Amino acid sequence: MNGRIWSWIIAIPRFLYNFIVGDDWTVAVAVLAGLIVTAILNANHIVAWWLMPIIAIVATGVSIERHYVQSPR
Amino acid sequence: MVSSGIVPVVITTFLASAVEAVEMVAIVVGVGATRGWRSTIFGAFSGFATLAVVVLILGAALSRIPIGPLRLAIGFLLLVFGLQWFRKGIVRVAARGFAGMGAADPNDSAEQWSGPGVDWTAWFLAWKGVVLEGLEIAIIVVSFGAAANNYGAAVLGGASALVIFLAVGFILQSPLRLIPRSFLQLVVGTLLTAFGTFWSVEGLGVDWPASDAAILGLLVVYAVTAMLYIARQRHQRTTLRAVA
Repeated sequence: MNGRIWSWIIAIPRFLYNFIVGDDWTVAVAVLAGLIVTAILNANHIVAWWLMPIIAIVATGVSIERHYVQSPR
Repeated sequence: MVSSGIVPVVITTFLASAVEAVEMVAIVVGVGATRGWRSTIFGAFSGFATLAVVVLILGAALSRIPIGPLRLAIGFLLLVFGLQWFRKGIVRVAARGFAGMGAADPNDSAEQWSGPGVDWTAWFLAWKGVVLEGLEIAIIVVSFGAAANNYGAAVLGGASALVIFLAVGFILQSPLRLIPRSFLQLVVGTLLTAFGTFWSVEGLGVDWPASDAAILGLLVVYAVTAMLYIARQRHQRTTLRAVA
């Protein structure tokens, strides 16, 4: 019984880690950093809606290149 | 306070709720078509159950829920996961065109759930899509109902939007099975990335130009980005083959 409860306790953070990080941690880090910078810009009354789309596009490009480095075409 | 006529309240609430209902259905249908329907529908029903409990407990106090932090959290999760499917969809379509996934790629885990039990990824995506959008519909209903002093009409408008667009989603799920899964993954990844970008930034209190219509702009930007990355990958593959 304790083993089952323990496996559930471990399963949830493991699920969230796989959900958020997947197979490339750089994307999650880029998104988090982008949101922090967006929040700082917004707090200083600077228009900031444009930053996250740029972050998403650049992070995707970097992730694609990393994929091909690990699994050559 | 004088009650507003029933028709204007129903129409206004319907239109406001429709935007949220479309977003909810787009996520549930997209995840179901890509990941499989059993766990997705389980997640959606769990989301509605969660909503029912929240609405019953909070009632009219729903309008006091801090929706900003909720949007930020759910938007962040949707964005990081959406970008995974966005990238994988680009790589697969660049490699195989629209021919579908074919044999399982040994370097990637299969996206369609084939195991026993619950696909918790599909469940979680559907659950949070339903909870967030459902909460927004509930807040719209409570706010409009209070303003018009006519909760019944507001509930009718909100519920109608939900039922109609859920029916549209149910009708769409059959033709979606005909679409190659690699392309479907790219489309759904684009959708999740656009919604995640919009909600996470909105959750920070940042105003988007054109409000909810900015989602359409994001969809266009990400679709064009995907096409450019696919074209680039295909060009690089052709160049490598020529050199070899």
